[in-house]
Amino acid sequence: MTAGEPRTLFDKVWSDHIVVEETPETPAILYIDLHLIHEVTTPQAFTILRDAGLPVRRPDLTLGTMDHSTPTTPVRTFKDLEIVGEGAARQVMQMQENCREFGLELFAFDSPHRGIVHVIGPELGATQPGKTIVCGDSHTSTHGAFGALAFGIGTTEVGHVLATQCLLQRKPKTLSIDISGSLGPGVTAKDLILAIIARIGVDGGTGHVIEYRGKAIAGMAMDARMTVCNMSIEAGARAGMIAPDDVTFDYLNGRPRAPKGQDWEAAVTRWRALCSDSGARFDKTVSVRGEDLQPMITFGTNPGMAVPINAPVPEINGNASLRKALDYMAIIPGKPLTGTRIDIVFVGSCTNARLSDLQQAANILRGRKVAPGTRMLIVPGSQQVKKDAEALGLHDVFIAAGAEWRESGCSMCLGMNGDTVPRGQLSLSTSNRNFEGRQGSGARTVLASPLTAAASAVRGCITDPREFL
Amino acid sequence: MDPLTKIESRTVVLDVDDVDTDQIIPARFLTTTSRDGLGEHLFRDWRYREDGSRRDDFVLNSPAARDCSILVAGRNFGCGSSREHAPWALLDYGIRAVISSEIADIFRSNSLKNGLLPIVIDKAPHDWLLQNPGVQVGIDVAASCVTLPGGETAAYSIDAFARYCLVRGLDQLGFLQKHAEAITDYEENRQWTP
Repeated sequence: MTAGEPRTLFDKVWSDHIVVEETPETPAILYIDLHLIHEVTTPQAFTILRDAGLPVRRPDLTLGTMDHSTPTTPVRTFKDLEIVGEGAARQVMQMQENCREFGLELFAFDSPHRGIVHVIGPELGATQPGKTIVCGDSHTSTHGAFGALAFGIGTTEVGHVLATQCLLQRKPKTLSIDISGSLGPGVTAKDLILAIIARIGVDGGTGHVIEYRGKAIAGMAMDARMTVCNMSIEAGARAGMIAPDDVTFDYLNGRPRAPKGQDWEAAVTRWRALCSDSGARFDKTVSVRGEDLQPMITFGTNPGMAVPINAPVPEINGNASLRKALDYMAIIPGKPLTGTRIDIVFVGSCTNARLSDLQQAANILRGRKVAPGTRMLIVPGSQQVKKDAEALGLHDVFIAAGAEWRESGCSMCLGMNGDTVPRGQLSLSTSNRNFEGRQGSGARTVLASPLTAAASAVRGCITDPREFL
Repeated sequence: MDPLTKIESRTVVLDVDDVDTDQIIPARFLTTTSRDGLGEHLFRDWRYREDGSRRDDFVLNSPAARDCSILVAGRNFGCGSSREHAPWALLDYGIRAVISSEIADIFRSNSLKNGLLPIVIDKAPHDWLLQNPGVQVGIDVAASCVTLPGGETAAYSIDAFARYCLVRGLDQLGFLQKHAEAITDYEENRQWTP
């Protein structure tokens, strides 16, 4: 690339973090500005450090929380919290020991800052435009909503970052997804990203970093942008990014870890340059008409198997993957899913457990009841989200409706902490993965927005949320 | 890590597209703090029923699959979560290479760091391997080439650095550590600090 050539947002953040350029023989050495860690994907990385006698290079750029293996059972004090399973308890203990031994900041059980790793980074203002952010978790793509380059890594790479603050990376390709217009009533960021994955496929973004652009994105609040970027990995993409704008800066201004005073002014000036230049070239481009979108629901066993909520589930027509998926889901092809009885509704996860997600669910649940025979769990994304929701009285709405209001964590998204969907039951979940057994061995999952979740909880069956608007 | 130069094995074929890492190793087994012993739980819910009995109709449970170290899988293998437990479980079970027409990014990166060879080949040889399970296949890591029965070969592409490390059994962390000075220079000279 020659000087002065128009660059993409990704190109700018990438080149700003090159310690050593890539060559045909060797990958680039990329500097990492923020390393988020949690209890599940780090124990073996600390073992690498311990075996090699290495310290953590930049404890000040490392931030730990506990979210995956942690219980969400409501408790009066955290001393009462019982961790489900010996393995989970050992993992939580080890996380505390590792952070103590290596001098790392950890938001443990009693911390008001604890929560899902992808909720607390933005909430603290640690997630900022132009940063490189990694975590041993594929949904690290969430942080791209701020114009950061953020992606999930494996445990060996967690060890690399702990030891050197760097990663070995080949430069990915770029994919522009332009969303025109605006989303209609009852159509949310979740519906948009499910529609995108249904269109480009669960491998449509493999090898690429996505930049989401266009009027529909510009009109979205940060919570919604995070939902979109969060599921970039479900299209196979390395990361998803959105250029920062005034919405981003307003969100960050005054947050605990955001720059202050003169530093803030300087940062905003720098951040304003973080956009794709006019004429910047992407390796692939996709256009979506925002105004055409409907509330979406998944019917199969990957997030790409999704249809508009009133549309029929596709016919099998000799497609072996579809047959396998529908057999597992016990779903009939050729008919819409609306009216299908559901056992569990889960509102939570790094995709949809921020304050605005809970507000959307509460708007439908207010003055209504969860249908008999349906269990509804509402799990805030962080202790801060919980506190903010309670200040607005949302918990009263949920409890009055008969839903369970719980402590924060990953919870039933992946069922590592004892919150699982029993075998054979159908769960409508605001999380990100409907893989076989994801929410518990033999569990069946359909993914949808918090609005669809709340509407469906009230009826006890899959319901178009627009009936409640 | 031991050097990986050649693999000779019959193939075991899992003709399913989009196999996600939740199938390879379900989340309930991620509470471990070690990387050992995960082979027992590889494809747990496809290999075993709820009561713990084996599903004899699952391909990895067939007698022919025993001792196979090459897994041929459908397109987009290893999608989903970043859990490195997926390659750890495959290796612990005895798999040394996965052949597909597409492999998910994070799974591929994790595999290369553990001596599990992720091989992406063209659709035609991939289709042939899917349709002919149990054939004897050779993999020459240095030449980046799969030899099919009858002597036909299928080349695959792999990052040159990853191959260099695999063939010599090198840990990539050592390479990063050798650049400590460049990393310090970067930290001291960058335009802004995180």
